[in-house]
Amino acid sequence: MKRDPKDLIRYTAPERANHWVVGMAFILLALSGLAFFHPAFYPLSQFFGGGVWARILHPFIGVVMALSFVAMFFRFWKLNLITPADKEWLGRIGEMVNGDDHNMPAAGKYNGGQKLLFWLLVCCIALLAVSGLVIWRAYFSALFPIGMIRFASLMHAMVAAGMICLIIVHVYAAIWTRGTIRAMLYGTVSRAWAKQHHSAWFRQITGGGK
Amino acid sequence: MALQSLDIKARSATTTPSPSVRETLEVAKLIDISKCIGCKACQVACMEWNDLRDEIGTNVGVYDNPADLTAKSWTVMRFSEVEVEAGKLEWLIRKDGCMHCADPGCLKACPAPGAIIQYSNGIVDFHEEYCIGCGYCITGCPFNVPRISKTDNKAYKCTLCSDRVGVGLEPACVKTCPTGAITFGAKEDMIHRAEGRVADLKGRGYANAGLYDPQGVGGTHVMYVLQHADKPGLYSGLPKDPSISSMVCLWKGITKPLTSFAIGLVALGSLFHYITKGPNEVSNDIEKEFEE
Ligand code: HEM
Ligand code: SF4
Ligand code: SF4
Repeated sequence: MKRDPKDLIRYTAPERANHWVVGMAFILLALSGLAFFHPAFYPLSQFFGGGVWARILHPFIGVVMALSFVAMFFRFWKLNLITPADKEWLGRIGEMVNGDDHNMPAAGKYNGGQKLLFWLLVCCIALLAVSGLVIWRAYFSALFPIGMIRFASLMHAMVAAGMICLIIVHVYAAIWTRGTIRAMLYGTVSRAWAKQHHSAWFRQITGGGK
Repeated sequence: MALQSLDIKARSATTTPSPSVRETLEVAKLIDISKCIGCKACQVACMEWNDLRDEIGTNVGVYDNPADLTAKSWTVMRFSEVEVEAGKLEWLIRKDGCMHCADPGCLKACPAPGAIIQYSNGIVDFHEEYCIGCGYCITGCPFNVPRISKTDNKAYKCTLCSDRVGVGLEPACVKTCPTGAITFGAKEDMIHRAEGRVADLKGRGYANAGLYDPQGVGGTHVMYVLQHADKPGLYSGLPKDPSISSMVCLWKGITKPLTSFAIGLVALGSLFHYITKGPNEVSNDIEKEFEE
Protein backbone atom coordinates (compact mmCIF):
# COMPACT_ATOMS: atom_id res chain seq x y z
CA MET A 1 0.00 0.00 0.00
CA LYS A 2 1.29 3.42 -0.92
CA ARG A 3 0.64 6.09 1.68
CA ASP A 4 0.24 9.54 0.35
CA PRO A 5 0.01 12.95 2.10
CA LYS A 6 -3.15 13.54 0.09
CA ASP A 7 -4.88 10.54 1.70
CA LEU A 8 -8.15 11.34 3.39
CA ILE A 9 -8.65 10.93 7.12
CA ARG A 10 -11.59 8.61 7.78
CA TYR A 11 -11.15 7.76 11.47
CA THR A 12 -9.36 9.57 14.28
CA ALA A 13 -7.15 7.59 16.65
CA PRO A 14 -9.76 7.58 19.48
CA GLU A 15 -12.40 6.35 17.04
CA ARG A 16 -10.13 3.54 15.91
CA ALA A 17 -9.20 2.58 19.47
CA ASN A 18 -12.86 2.51 20.43
CA HIS A 19 -13.69 0.29 17.48
CA TRP A 20 -10.87 -2.14 18.31
CA VAL A 21 -11.91 -2.48 21.92
CA VAL A 22 -15.41 -3.38 20.76
CA GLY A 23 -14.01 -5.71 18.11
CA MET A 24 -11.64 -7.56 20.42
CA ALA A 25 -14.28 -7.89 23.10
CA PHE A 26 -16.67 -9.26 20.49
CA ILE A 27 -14.22 -11.94 19.38
CA LEU A 28 -13.62 -13.02 22.98
CA LEU A 29 -17.37 -13.05 23.61
CA ALA A 30 -18.12 -15.09 20.51
CA LEU A 31 -15.43 -17.67 21.34
CA SER A 32 -16.39 -18.03 25.01
CA GLY A 33 -20.14 -17.87 24.30
CA LEU A 34 -19.97 -20.51 21.58
CA ALA A 35 -18.29 -22.82 24.10
CA PHE A 36 -21.60 -23.00 26.02
CA PHE A 37 -23.66 -22.90 22.85
CA HIS A 38 -23.12 -26.41 21.55
CA PRO A 39 -20.92 -29.33 22.65
CA ALA A 40 -19.12 -29.15 19.30
CA PHE A 41 -17.71 -25.75 20.34
CA TYR A 42 -16.95 -26.62 23.98
CA PRO A 43 -13.19 -26.96 23.26
CA LEU A 44 -13.15 -23.19 22.59
CA SER A 45 -13.34 -22.78 26.37
CA GLN A 46 -9.67 -23.87 26.44
CA PHE A 47 -8.71 -20.44 25.08
CA PHE A 48 -9.91 -19.02 28.37
CA GLY A 49 -8.38 -21.59 30.70
CA GLY A 50 -11.29 -24.03 30.73
CA GLY A 51 -15.06 -24.00 31.09
CA VAL A 52 -15.15 -22.39 34.52
CA TRP A 53 -12.99 -19.46 33.45
CA ALA A 54 -14.98 -19.03 30.24
CA ARG A 55 -18.16 -18.91 32.34
CA ILE A 56 -16.66 -16.38 34.74
CA LEU A 57 -15.06 -14.11 32.12
CA HIS A 58 -17.73 -14.00 29.42
CA PRO A 59 -20.23 -11.72 31.17
CA PHE A 60 -17.52 -9.29 32.33
CA ILE A 61 -16.18 -9.02 28.79
CA GLY A 62 -19.81 -8.47 27.79
CA VAL A 63 -20.01 -5.47 30.08
CA VAL A 64 -16.79 -4.06 28.56
CA MET A 65 -18.17 -4.49 25.07
CA ALA A 66 -21.58 -3.04 25.90
CA LEU A 67 -20.05 0.07 27.52
CA SER A 68 -17.52 0.66 24.75
CA PHE A 69 -20.26 0.15 22.18
CA VAL A 70 -22.33 2.85 23.87
CA ALA A 71 -19.36 5.21 23.39
CA MET A 72 -19.12 4.19 19.75
CA PHE A 73 -22.84 4.68 19.32
CA PHE A 74 -22.59 8.31 20.37
CA ARG A 75 -19.67 8.85 18.00
CA PHE A 76 -21.41 7.47 14.94
CA TRP A 77 -25.20 7.46 15.26
CA LYS A 78 -25.79 10.72 13.42
CA LEU A 79 -23.76 9.56 10.46
CA ASN A 80 -25.92 6.45 10.27
CA LEU A 81 -29.34 8.06 9.96
CA ILE A 82 -31.00 6.44 6.97
CA THR A 83 -31.91 8.76 4.06
CA PRO A 84 -34.06 8.12 0.96
CA ALA A 85 -30.84 7.61 -1.04
CA ASP A 86 -29.84 4.85 1.38
CA LYS A 87 -33.19 3.17 0.88
CA GLU A 88 -32.59 3.19 -2.85
CA TRP A 89 -29.09 1.81 -2.24
CA LEU A 90 -30.58 -1.02 -0.20
CA GLY A 91 -33.13 -1.69 -2.93
CA ARG A 92 -30.27 -2.24 -5.37
CA ILE A 93 -28.11 -4.24 -2.98
CA GLY A 94 -28.34 -7.28 -5.25
CA GLU A 95 -26.36 -5.44 -7.95
CA MET A 96 -23.73 -4.47 -5.41
CA VAL A 97 -23.33 -8.04 -4.19
CA ASN A 98 -23.03 -9.09 -7.80
CA GLY A 99 -19.97 -6.83 -8.05
CA ASP A 100 -21.57 -4.16 -10.22
CA ASP A 101 -21.73 -0.76 -8.51
CA HIS A 102 -22.36 1.40 -11.61
CA ASN A 103 -25.96 2.18 -10.79
CA MET A 104 -25.56 2.46 -7.04
CA PRO A 105 -26.65 5.83 -5.65
CA ALA A 106 -23.75 7.95 -4.37
CA ALA A 107 -23.00 6.97 -0.78
CA GLY A 108 -22.09 9.43 1.96
CA LYS A 109 -19.61 8.45 4.67
CA TYR A 110 -21.65 5.25 5.02
CA ASN A 111 -23.71 3.45 2.43
CA GLY A 112 -27.18 2.05 3.08
CA GLY A 113 -25.83 -1.40 3.88
CA GLN A 114 -23.40 -0.08 6.47
CA LYS A 115 -26.12 1.98 8.09
CA LEU A 116 -28.52 -0.94 8.22
CA LEU A 117 -25.78 -3.04 9.80
CA PHE A 118 -25.14 -0.30 12.37
CA TRP A 119 -28.75 -0.28 13.54
CA LEU A 120 -29.00 -4.07 13.53
CA LEU A 121 -25.90 -4.23 15.72
CA VAL A 122 -27.38 -1.64 18.07
CA CYS A 123 -30.43 -3.89 18.50
CA CYS A 124 -28.33 -7.04 18.94
CA ILE A 125 -26.11 -5.54 21.59
CA ALA A 126 -29.02 -4.06 23.51
CA LEU A 127 -30.81 -7.43 23.51
CA LEU A 128 -27.63 -9.35 24.39
CA ALA A 129 -26.78 -7.02 27.25
CA VAL A 130 -30.26 -7.21 28.76
CA SER A 131 -30.68 -10.98 28.32
CA GLY A 132 -27.08 -11.55 29.40
CA LEU A 133 -27.75 -9.77 32.68
CA VAL A 134 -30.84 -11.91 33.32
CA ILE A 135 -28.90 -15.17 32.80
CA TRP A 136 -25.87 -13.99 34.81
CA ARG A 137 -26.38 -16.55 37.56
CA ALA A 138 -23.67 -15.36 39.94
CA TYR A 139 -25.14 -11.89 40.46
CA PHE A 140 -28.48 -11.23 38.82
CA SER A 141 -30.54 -14.31 37.95
CA ALA A 142 -32.02 -14.54 41.44
CA LEU A 143 -33.78 -11.22 40.79
CA PHE A 144 -35.83 -12.60 37.90
CA PRO A 145 -38.66 -15.14 37.62
CA ILE A 146 -37.75 -18.49 36.06
CA GLY A 147 -39.91 -17.89 32.96
CA MET A 148 -37.97 -14.75 32.18
CA ILE A 149 -34.63 -16.53 32.65
CA ARG A 150 -35.73 -19.24 30.21
CA PHE A 151 -36.85 -16.67 27.66
CA ALA A 152 -33.61 -14.69 28.10
CA SER A 153 -31.53 -17.86 27.58
CA LEU A 154 -33.26 -18.55 24.28
CA MET A 155 -33.02 -14.90 23.28
CA HIS A 156 -29.33 -14.61 24.17
CA ALA A 157 -28.41 -17.70 22.14
CA MET A 158 -30.43 -16.68 19.07
CA VAL A 159 -29.37 -13.05 19.03
CA ALA A 160 -25.72 -14.04 19.60
CA ALA A 161 -25.83 -16.35 16.58
CA GLY A 162 -27.47 -13.60 14.53
CA MET A 163 -24.85 -11.09 15.60
CA ILE A 164 -22.01 -13.47 14.73
CA CYS A 165 -23.49 -13.75 11.22
CA LEU A 166 -23.73 -9.95 10.94
CA ILE A 167 -20.11 -9.51 12.03
CA ILE A 168 -18.91 -12.10 9.53
CA VAL A 169 -20.65 -10.07 6.82
CA HIS A 170 -19.17 -6.84 8.25
CA VAL A 171 -15.61 -8.20 8.29
CA TYR A 172 -16.00 -9.81 4.89
CA ALA A 173 -17.27 -6.56 3.36
CA ALA A 174 -14.16 -4.81 4.68
CA ILE A 175 -11.91 -7.46 3.15
CA TRP A 176 -13.85 -7.60 -0.11
CA THR A 177 -13.68 -3.84 -0.62
CA ARG A 178 -9.95 -3.45 -1.13
CA GLY A 179 -8.27 -0.58 0.67
CA THR A 180 -10.81 -0.50 3.49
CA ILE A 181 -9.01 -2.25 6.34
CA ARG A 182 -6.39 0.52 6.52
CA ALA A 183 -9.17 2.93 7.48
CA MET A 184 -9.48 1.08 10.78
CA LEU A 185 -5.71 0.51 11.11
CA TYR A 186 -4.16 3.86 10.22
CA GLY A 187 -7.29 5.96 9.88
CA THR A 188 -6.75 6.98 6.26
CA VAL A 189 -8.07 5.97 2.85
CA SER A 190 -6.89 6.92 -0.62
CA ARG A 191 -8.74 9.59 -2.58
CA ALA A 192 -9.50 7.08 -5.31
CA TRP A 193 -11.07 4.72 -2.75
CA ALA A 194 -13.26 7.49 -1.42
CA LYS A 195 -14.41 8.59 -4.86
CA GLN A 196 -15.17 5.01 -5.88
CA HIS A 197 -17.03 3.82 -2.81
CA HIS A 198 -18.30 6.93 -1.03
CA SER A 199 -18.50 9.60 -3.70
CA ALA A 200 -20.90 11.88 -1.82
CA TRP A 201 -18.57 11.83 1.21
CA PHE A 202 -15.61 12.45 -1.13
CA ARG A 203 -17.31 15.51 -2.63
CA GLN A 204 -18.29 16.77 0.78
CA ILE A 205 -14.81 16.71 2.32
CA THR A 206 -12.80 17.70 -0.73
CA GLY A 207 -15.27 20.30 -1.95
CA GLY A 208 -15.56 18.39 -5.22
CA GLY A 209 -11.82 18.55 -5.95
CA LYS A 210 -9.52 15.76 -6.83
CA MET B 1 -17.79 -40.65 40.57
CA ALA B 2 -19.03 -42.96 37.88
CA LEU B 3 -19.32 -46.48 39.17
CA GLN B 4 -18.69 -49.29 36.76
CA SER B 5 -21.81 -51.05 37.90
CA LEU B 6 -23.87 -48.01 36.93
CA ASP B 7 -23.87 -47.73 33.18
CA ILE B 8 -24.73 -44.45 31.54
CA LYS B 9 -27.87 -43.62 29.61
CA ALA B 10 -27.21 -39.95 28.96
CA ARG B 11 -24.38 -37.51 29.59
CA SER B 12 -24.68 -33.72 29.42
CA ALA B 13 -23.30 -31.90 26.35
CA THR B 14 -22.20 -35.13 24.73
CA THR B 15 -23.13 -36.15 21.20
CA THR B 16 -21.61 -39.63 21.07
CA PRO B 17 -22.72 -42.75 23.01
CA SER B 18 -21.59 -43.19 26.62
CA PRO B 19 -20.54 -46.54 28.14
CA SER B 20 -23.75 -48.52 27.99
CA VAL B 21 -23.14 -52.17 27.22
CA ARG B 22 -24.78 -53.21 30.50
CA GLU B 23 -28.41 -52.54 31.12
CA THR B 24 -29.07 -52.08 34.82
CA LEU B 25 -32.40 -52.43 36.56
CA GLU B 26 -34.52 -49.27 36.56
CA VAL B 27 -34.91 -48.23 40.18
CA ALA B 28 -37.23 -45.83 41.99
CA LYS B 29 -37.87 -44.35 45.40
CA LEU B 30 -41.48 -44.27 46.46
CA ILE B 31 -42.52 -41.64 49.01
CA ASP B 32 -45.88 -42.35 50.57
CA ILE B 33 -47.03 -38.97 51.82
CA SER B 34 -49.93 -40.52 53.72
CA LYS B 35 -47.45 -42.33 55.95
CA CYS B 36 -45.03 -39.44 56.54
CA ILE B 37 -45.11 -37.95 60.03
CA GLY B 38 -42.67 -35.11 59.26
CA CYS B 39 -39.98 -36.28 61.70
CA LYS B 40 -37.18 -35.27 59.28
CA ALA B 41 -35.12 -38.36 60.05
CA CYS B 42 -34.52 -38.57 56.28
CA GLN B 43 -33.09 -35.03 56.25
CA VAL B 44 -30.71 -36.03 59.02
CA ALA B 45 -29.76 -39.28 57.28
CA CYS B 46 -29.04 -37.33 54.10
CA MET B 47 -26.74 -34.94 55.97
CA GLU B 48 -25.04 -37.86 57.69
CA TRP B 49 -24.41 -40.03 54.67
CA ASN B 50 -23.37 -37.18 52.41
CA ASP B 51 -21.41 -35.50 55.19
CA LEU B 52 -23.11 -32.13 54.79
CA ARG B 53 -23.79 -29.59 57.54
CA ASP B 54 -25.90 -26.69 56.36
CA GLU B 55 -25.85 -23.41 58.21
CA ILE B 56 -28.22 -23.38 61.16
CA GLY B 57 -30.90 -21.00 59.99
CA THR B 58 -33.63 -19.15 61.84
CA ASN B 59 -37.17 -20.21 62.57
CA VAL B 60 -39.46 -18.54 60.06
CA GLY B 61 -42.65 -19.50 61.88
CA VAL B 62 -43.31 -22.81 60.14
CA TYR B 63 -41.93 -26.31 60.53
CA ASP B 64 -39.94 -26.11 57.27
CA ASN B 65 -36.31 -26.04 58.31
CA PRO B 66 -34.21 -25.24 56.39
CA ALA B 67 -36.75 -23.13 54.55
CA ASP B 68 -35.58 -24.24 51.12
CA LEU B 69 -33.29 -26.66 49.33
CA THR B 70 -29.69 -25.46 49.34
CA ALA B 71 -26.35 -26.69 48.04
CA LYS B 72 -25.99 -28.44 51.41
CA SER B 73 -29.59 -29.49 52.02
CA TRP B 74 -30.53 -31.87 49.25
CA THR B 75 -33.87 -32.77 50.71
CA VAL B 76 -36.29 -30.73 52.84
CA MET B 77 -39.68 -31.52 54.29
CA ARG B 78 -42.34 -29.05 53.15
CA PHE B 79 -45.32 -28.70 55.45
CA SER B 80 -48.67 -27.41 54.24
CA GLU B 81 -51.94 -27.12 56.12
CA VAL B 82 -54.93 -27.43 53.83
CA GLU B 83 -58.67 -27.90 54.08
CA VAL B 84 -59.68 -29.90 51.04
CA GLU B 85 -63.04 -30.50 52.72
CA ALA B 86 -64.27 -27.55 54.75
CA GLY B 87 -63.63 -28.06 58.44
CA LYS B 88 -61.27 -31.00 57.94
CA LEU B 89 -57.70 -29.87 58.38
CA GLU B 90 -55.03 -31.93 56.69
CA TRP B 91 -51.33 -31.65 57.26
CA LEU B 92 -49.61 -32.59 54.03
CA ILE B 93 -45.89 -33.12 54.42
CA ARG B 94 -43.86 -33.58 51.27
CA LYS B 95 -40.23 -34.62 51.16
CA ASP B 96 -38.90 -32.32 48.42
CA GLY B 97 -35.77 -32.97 46.36
CA CYS B 98 -34.66 -34.14 42.96
CA MET B 99 -37.24 -36.28 41.16
CA HIS B 100 -34.68 -38.08 38.97
CA CYS B 101 -36.67 -37.47 35.80
CA ALA B 102 -36.48 -39.93 32.93
CA ASP B 103 -36.27 -36.84 30.68
CA PRO B 104 -34.18 -34.50 32.86
CA GLY B 105 -34.36 -30.80 32.03
CA CYS B 106 -31.15 -30.16 33.96
CA LEU B 107 -29.18 -32.54 31.77
CA LYS B 108 -30.72 -31.15 28.60
CA ALA B 109 -29.69 -27.63 29.53
CA CYS B 110 -26.19 -28.31 30.89
CA PRO B 111 -23.39 -27.08 28.55
CA ALA B 112 -20.51 -28.87 30.31
CA PRO B 113 -19.70 -32.36 29.00
CA GLY B 114 -20.14 -34.95 31.74
CA ALA B 115 -21.27 -32.57 34.49
CA ILE B 116 -24.65 -34.33 34.59
CA ILE B 117 -24.98 -38.08 34.14
CA GLN B 118 -28.08 -40.20 33.87
CA TYR B 119 -27.33 -43.81 34.77
CA SER B 120 -29.17 -46.58 33.05
CA ASN B 121 -30.90 -47.32 36.36
CA GLY B 122 -32.56 -43.90 36.13
CA ILE B 123 -30.52 -41.93 38.68
CA VAL B 124 -29.56 -38.42 37.56
CA ASP B 125 -26.26 -37.44 39.14
CA PHE B 126 -24.21 -34.24 39.08
CA HIS B 127 -20.46 -34.66 38.70
CA GLU B 128 -19.27 -31.46 40.27
CA GLU B 129 -15.70 -31.79 39.00
CA TYR B 130 -16.95 -31.02 35.47
CA CYS B 131 -19.49 -28.38 36.52
CA ILE B 132 -18.71 -24.84 35.37
CA GLY B 133 -21.30 -23.16 37.59
CA CYS B 134 -23.39 -21.56 34.86
CA GLY B 135 -26.73 -22.43 36.45
CA TYR B 136 -28.31 -23.67 33.20
CA CYS B 137 -29.48 -26.78 35.13
CA ILE B 138 -31.64 -24.51 37.30
CA THR B 139 -33.07 -22.94 34.15
CA GLY B 140 -33.87 -26.38 32.74
CA CYS B 141 -35.29 -28.13 35.82
CA PRO B 142 -39.12 -28.19 35.99
CA PHE B 143 -39.01 -28.84 39.77
CA ASN B 144 -36.66 -26.03 40.87
CA VAL B 145 -34.17 -28.42 42.43
CA PRO B 146 -30.46 -27.69 41.67
CA ARG B 147 -28.66 -25.14 43.82
CA ILE B 148 -25.29 -23.50 43.20
CA SER B 149 -22.97 -23.45 46.17
CA LYS B 150 -21.69 -20.07 47.31
CA THR B 151 -18.44 -21.76 48.36
CA ASP B 152 -17.33 -23.38 45.11
CA ASN B 153 -19.90 -22.24 42.50
CA LYS B 154 -20.81 -25.82 41.65
CA ALA B 155 -24.33 -27.18 41.35
CA TYR B 156 -25.57 -29.71 43.93
CA LYS B 157 -28.68 -31.78 44.47
CA CYS B 158 -29.87 -35.20 45.69
CA THR B 159 -27.82 -38.04 44.17
CA LEU B 160 -30.41 -40.68 45.11
CA CYS B 161 -27.37 -42.03 46.96
CA SER B 162 -25.91 -43.28 43.68
CA ASP B 163 -22.83 -44.34 45.64
CA ARG B 164 -24.92 -46.58 47.90
CA VAL B 165 -27.19 -47.85 45.14
CA GLY B 166 -24.13 -48.70 43.05
CA VAL B 167 -23.05 -51.21 45.69
CA GLY B 168 -26.48 -52.64 46.35
CA LEU B 169 -27.64 -50.50 49.28
CA GLU B 170 -30.81 -48.44 49.46
CA PRO B 171 -30.59 -44.63 49.80
CA ALA B 172 -29.84 -43.32 53.30
CA CYS B 173 -33.26 -41.67 53.69
CA VAL B 174 -34.99 -44.97 52.89
CA LYS B 175 -32.84 -46.79 55.40
CA THR B 176 -33.76 -44.32 58.12
CA CYS B 177 -37.48 -43.62 57.69
CA PRO B 178 -39.15 -44.91 60.89
CA THR B 179 -42.66 -45.24 59.43
CA GLY B 180 -41.74 -46.95 56.19
CA ALA B 181 -43.04 -43.97 54.21
CA ILE B 182 -40.02 -44.18 51.90
CA THR B 183 -39.31 -47.38 50.04
CA PHE B 184 -36.83 -48.19 47.31
CA GLY B 185 -36.51 -50.89 44.67
CA ALA B 186 -37.16 -51.71 41.04
CA LYS B 187 -39.40 -49.05 39.51
CA GLU B 188 -41.82 -51.72 38.43
CA ASP B 189 -42.10 -53.05 41.98
CA MET B 190 -42.54 -49.56 43.37
CA ILE B 191 -45.41 -48.88 40.98
CA HIS B 192 -46.95 -52.14 42.10
CA ARG B 193 -46.56 -51.24 45.76
CA ALA B 194 -48.05 -47.82 45.09
CA GLU B 195 -51.11 -49.43 43.52
CA GLY B 196 -51.76 -51.28 46.76
CA ARG B 197 -51.35 -48.11 48.80
CA VAL B 198 -53.65 -46.15 46.48
CA ALA B 199 -56.35 -48.83 46.73
CA ASP B 200 -56.05 -48.73 50.53
CA LEU B 201 -56.33 -44.93 50.62
CA LYS B 202 -59.35 -45.01 48.31
CA GLY B 203 -60.97 -47.46 50.69
CA ARG B 204 -60.39 -44.97 53.51
CA GLY B 205 -62.24 -42.18 51.75
CA TYR B 206 -59.49 -40.58 49.68
CA ALA B 207 -61.31 -40.95 46.38
CA ASN B 208 -58.62 -39.09 44.44
CA ALA B 209 -55.61 -40.88 45.86
CA GLY B 210 -53.02 -41.74 43.22
CA LEU B 211 -49.43 -42.19 42.19
CA TYR B 212 -47.37 -39.17 41.11
CA ASP B 213 -45.10 -40.35 38.30
CA PRO B 214 -45.50 -37.45 35.84
CA GLN B 215 -45.31 -38.58 32.23
CA GLY B 216 -44.52 -35.06 30.98
CA VAL B 217 -40.92 -35.71 32.06
CA GLY B 218 -41.06 -39.34 30.97
CA GLY B 219 -41.89 -40.49 34.49
CA THR B 220 -39.66 -40.01 37.52
CA HIS B 221 -37.45 -42.20 39.67
CA VAL B 222 -38.74 -40.55 42.81
CA MET B 223 -42.49 -41.00 43.00
CA TYR B 224 -45.14 -39.94 45.49
CA VAL B 225 -48.28 -41.57 46.72
CA LEU B 226 -50.66 -38.62 47.10
CA GLN B 227 -53.98 -38.55 48.97
CA HIS B 228 -55.13 -35.91 46.49
CA ALA B 229 -53.46 -36.84 43.23
CA ASP B 230 -55.89 -34.61 41.34
CA LYS B 231 -54.45 -31.56 43.13
CA PRO B 232 -50.66 -31.99 43.48
CA GLY B 233 -50.42 -28.21 43.97
CA LEU B 234 -51.72 -28.71 47.53
CA TYR B 235 -48.39 -30.32 48.39
CA SER B 236 -46.38 -27.08 48.58
CA GLY B 237 -46.74 -26.40 44.89
CA LEU B 238 -45.90 -29.78 43.37
CA PRO B 239 -46.48 -29.10 39.64
CA LYS B 240 -49.53 -30.75 38.10
CA ASP B 241 -48.21 -31.68 34.65
CA PRO B 242 -44.51 -30.90 34.77
CA SER B 243 -42.53 -30.99 31.56
CA ILE B 244 -39.40 -29.31 30.29
CA SER B 245 -40.43 -25.75 29.39
CA SER B 246 -41.05 -25.23 25.67
CA MET B 247 -38.64 -22.28 25.89
CA VAL B 248 -35.87 -24.61 27.10
CA CYS B 249 -36.74 -27.15 24.38
CA LEU B 250 -36.46 -24.45 21.73
CA TRP B 251 -33.26 -23.08 23.20
CA LYS B 252 -31.58 -26.48 23.47
CA GLY B 253 -33.41 -28.01 20.50
CA ILE B 254 -33.50 -26.84 16.91
CA THR B 255 -32.10 -23.37 17.64
CA LYS B 256 -28.53 -24.60 18.08
CA PRO B 257 -28.04 -26.76 14.96
CA LEU B 258 -30.05 -24.33 12.86
CA THR B 259 -28.13 -21.22 13.86
CA SER B 260 -24.76 -23.03 13.81
CA PHE B 261 -25.61 -24.03 10.25
CA ALA B 262 -26.51 -20.42 9.43
CA ILE B 263 -23.17 -19.17 10.80
CA GLY B 264 -21.31 -21.74 8.71
CA LEU B 265 -23.33 -20.80 5.65
CA VAL B 266 -22.56 -17.09 6.02
CA ALA B 267 -18.84 -17.80 6.48
CA LEU B 268 -18.63 -20.16 3.53
CA GLY B 269 -20.90 -17.91 1.47
CA SER B 270 -18.48 -15.03 2.01
CA LEU B 271 -15.51 -17.13 0.94
CA PHE B 272 -17.27 -18.34 -2.18
CA HIS B 273 -18.49 -14.85 -2.95
CA TYR B 274 -14.89 -13.71 -3.00
CA ILE B 275 -13.68 -16.49 -5.25
CA THR B 276 -16.60 -16.16 -7.67
CA LYS B 277 -17.05 -12.36 -7.83
CA GLY B 278 -13.53 -11.24 -7.00
CA PRO B 279 -12.60 -8.24 -4.87
CA ASN B 280 -14.40 -4.93 -5.01
CA GLU B 281 -11.57 -2.73 -6.26
CA VAL B 282 -11.29 0.90 -7.32
CA SER B 283 -11.97 1.07 -11.06
CA ASN B 284 -9.08 1.79 -13.41
CA ASP B 285 -10.62 5.09 -14.53
CA ILE B 286 -10.74 6.50 -11.05
CA GLU B 287 -7.32 5.06 -10.22
CA LYS B 288 -5.82 6.88 -13.24
CA GLU B 289 -7.57 10.11 -12.39
CA PHE B 290 -5.55 10.28 -9.17
CA GLU B 291 -2.22 9.27 -10.67
CA GLU B 292 -0.12 12.12 -11.84
C1 HEM C 1 -23.41 -7.58 26.32
C2 HEM C 1 -23.17 -8.17 27.41
C3 HEM C 1 -23.21 -9.68 27.59
C4 HEM C 1 -23.46 -10.29 28.79
C5 HEM C 1 -23.70 -9.61 30.13
C6 HEM C 1 -23.45 -11.72 28.54
C7 HEM C 1 -23.68 -12.68 29.51
C8 HEM C 1 -23.78 -14.03 29.28
C9 HEM C 1 -23.96 -15.03 30.30
C10 HEM C 1 -24.12 -14.73 31.78
C11 HEM C 1 -23.99 -16.24 29.69
C12 HEM C 1 -24.15 -17.60 30.38
C13 HEM C 1 -22.80 -18.21 30.56
C14 HEM C 1 -22.05 -17.55 31.69
O1 HEM C 1 -22.56 -17.50 32.81
O2 HEM C 1 -20.93 -17.07 31.43
C15 HEM C 1 -23.83 -16.03 28.27
C16 HEM C 1 -23.85 -17.01 27.30
C17 HEM C 1 -23.60 -16.78 25.95
N1 HEM C 1 -23.25 -15.57 25.38
FE1 HEM C 1 -23.23 -13.81 26.30
N2 HEM C 1 -23.19 -11.96 27.22
C18 HEM C 1 -23.03 -10.73 26.60
C19 HEM C 1 -22.72 -10.53 25.26
C20 HEM C 1 -22.57 -11.53 24.31
C21 HEM C 1 -22.23 -11.30 22.93
C22 HEM C 1 -21.94 -9.97 22.27
C23 HEM C 1 -22.22 -12.51 22.32
C24 HEM C 1 -21.98 -12.77 20.87
C25 HEM C 1 -21.00 -13.20 20.34
C26 HEM C 1 -22.55 -13.51 23.33
C27 HEM C 1 -22.65 -14.86 23.10
C28 HEM C 1 -23.06 -15.79 24.02
C29 HEM C 1 -23.35 -17.16 23.70
C30 HEM C 1 -23.28 -17.81 22.32
C31 HEM C 1 -23.71 -17.77 24.91
C32 HEM C 1 -24.12 -19.22 25.10
C33 HEM C 1 -25.61 -19.28 24.96
C34 HEM C 1 -26.14 -20.65 25.17
O3 HEM C 1 -25.63 -21.37 26.03
O4 HEM C 1 -27.08 -21.00 24.48
N3 HEM C 1 -22.76 -12.87 24.53
N4 HEM C 1 -23.70 -14.66 28.05
S1 SF4 D 1 -24.16 -25.27 36.80
FE1 SF4 D 1 -22.89 -27.11 36.43
S2 SF4 D 1 -24.31 -28.84 36.37
FE2 SF4 D 1 -25.55 -26.96 36.20
S3 SF4 D 1 -25.76 -26.66 33.98
FE3 SF4 D 1 -23.95 -25.47 34.56
S4 SF4 D 1 -22.22 -26.88 34.28
FE4 SF4 D 1 -24.09 -28.14 34.24
S1 SF4 E 1 -35.91 -32.89 39.20
FE1 SF4 E 1 -34.67 -31.30 38.19
S2 SF4 E 1 -32.60 -31.72 38.89
FE2 SF4 E 1 -33.78 -33.61 39.30
S3 SF4 E 1 -33.50 -34.85 37.41
FE3 SF4 E 1 -35.40 -33.66 37.13
S4 SF4 E 1 -34.68 -31.85 35.99
FE4 SF4 E 1 -32.83 -32.78 36.92
